[in-house]
Amino acid sequence: MTARRRETWAAYGFLSPWIVGFLVFLAGPMVASLVLSFTDYDVLTSTDFVGGENYRMLLADPKVRGSLANTMFYTVLHVPLTMAVALGLAMLLARAGRRSAGFFRTIFYLPTITPKVAVGVLFLLLFNGQVGLVNGVLGFLGINGPDWTSDGAWIKPGIVLMSAWSLGSTVIIYLAALQNVPRDLYEAAEMDGASPWARFRAVTVPMISGALFFTLIINTISSLQTFDEVYTAFFGSANQQTYGNDAALFYVIYLFQQAFQFLHMGYASALAWLLFLIIMLITLVQVGLSRRFVYYESE
Amino acid sequence: MTALQEPQALAPVETGPGRHSGRRQRHRWVLWTALSAAAVIFVYPFVWLVSASLKPRPEVFDNALVPRHWAPENYATIWSAAPVFTWLVNSVVVALAAAAAVTVSSAIVAFGFAYFRFPGRNLLFASVIGTMMLPGAVTMIPTYLIWNELGLAATQVPLWATNLFGSAFYIFLIRQFFLGVPRELFEAARVDGAGYWRLFWRIAVPLCKPALIVSFVFELRASWSDLLKPLIYLRDPALFTMPRGMKSILDQFGQAGEARWEVVLAGAVLTTVPMIIAFFLCQRYFVEGVATQGRKG
Repeated sequence: MTARRRETWAAYGFLSPWIVGFLVFLAGPMVASLVLSFTDYDVLTSTDFVGGENYRMLLADPKVRGSLANTMFYTVLHVPLTMAVALGLAMLLARAGRRSAGFFRTIFYLPTITPKVAVGVLFLLLFNGQVGLVNGVLGFLGINGPDWTSDGAWIKPGIVLMSAWSLGSTVIIYLAALQNVPRDLYEAAEMDGASPWARFRAVTVPMISGALFFTLIINTISSLQTFDEVYTAFFGSANQQTYGNDAALFYVIYLFQQAFQFLHMGYASALAWLLFLIIMLITLVQVGLSRRFVYYESE
Repeated sequence: MTALQEPQALAPVETGPGRHSGRRQRHRWVLWTALSAAAVIFVYPFVWLVSASLKPRPEVFDNALVPRHWAPENYATIWSAAPVFTWLVNSVVVALAAAAAVTVSSAIVAFGFAYFRFPGRNLLFASVIGTMMLPGAVTMIPTYLIWNELGLAATQVPLWATNLFGSAFYIFLIRQFFLGVPRELFEAARVDGAGYWRLFWRIAVPLCKPALIVSFVFELRASWSDLLKPLIYLRDPALFTMPRGMKSILDQFGQAGEARWEVVLAGAVLTTVPMIIAFFLCQRYFVEGVATQGRKG
């Protein structure tokens, strides 16, 4: 055996855990779930192929439409809000001294390590319409706060606000990107008399566009799969089922219910593939946009 | 690979002593006010949570920063009403297993990509990166069926065992560090007759400990917080992890049950505190792990 062949064998040896995992826990399941989506599999009784029946049902299911609309509503508000606030905080941190930046960075990151179950509990209590702290503060400002946790129209805006609490990772990513922007670019812009806004538009945004794009994709993919905190607050126990939860029915929650509570595994697989296609589509659009907007140093 | 670094100040640009010092003073002041106000918003929910968990029931919602009457018995109540200790132990075991499994396996795979040059490498690495975009929801059902087939669907094994095969994000992260190891170190060891495993275990791993710790603490956090998998797999309350147990505490004592929020809050504190402790022990690794994404991005 030549040295080169031996090296190739060794390389694949090192890669083997991932290759096995990819086949057994990713590629295999992807194909399996596609096949399942054309059956009425329910674990217990015999399985039949039902053709496109699941997909036909899915298009007619009002809960699919409702949960999709809820999820999109949340994503469209949550992602830009998170990115804007995180960028603002990161720009403040970039201007602070070394030690204070480290201190505040830690504080902003702390909520992201809080388990989402606890976030869900905090949401129920802080946003409670009658006794919650949020409405207390609003009342102090003379605003009559809504019933965030039970009024269908306000549940999702409330969840969006609560979710902004966990934007620490995005702040850190932006701060790291800002610190990589060459300082002489700002000096040059300032000498040319560029206003702060012009410097932001012409220097900051292009120079950190890679990080902006990265967080846009990652945050979008994860908000389309929001589950833990919303399920904690609005689903689970039997006598909770009427509690404003059509407004809080997110897509993955409905998928989870269909698969593991009603055991409609075939139908749920079709739901999973619809989500997969939606996420792929959105990501492709975002990647396409990035070709126009993201500045790469190597180019 | 950028080494772990401390945050550095960016602006204001120094313009010689004395000039603009009044304006700069004012800028400092605005900056500090804004950062402090934001910090209060970020910290306050924690303070509220801990404080309310120590109040007697009628005072939970009084929003007082310091409880007027202390009620540490809330913790005794939750401790006896639910097997909290068992759940905490379960969570620790599962999180450690998940973190150890993903770190070791991802490091092995990362070394394969970093050290060797072989046909198919770029294509395979692109597939690794591609899997980062895959929504977990798509593979959720078939993965459950696999564990069901193996008779392990009602155990804790599915919560960590898939980590034995590496995970895209950590493979990417650790590979970046391995690529930074000077090639001559490996060549010299090869000349001395070292095998590939020795290169990995004796050279690459010791030099890239920070990356391994970052992976470990990240996965520790992710595993500790996870609710979806425990909801899918765990039926027996004796096997619950703390977040899964917390959900059942909420269902029993929360708005659908006895409305004893002080007990729910004590449970929420117990779910959160272990992560806060872990965070302060390895803060630098948490923060720098996130920051590397920004530098790559």
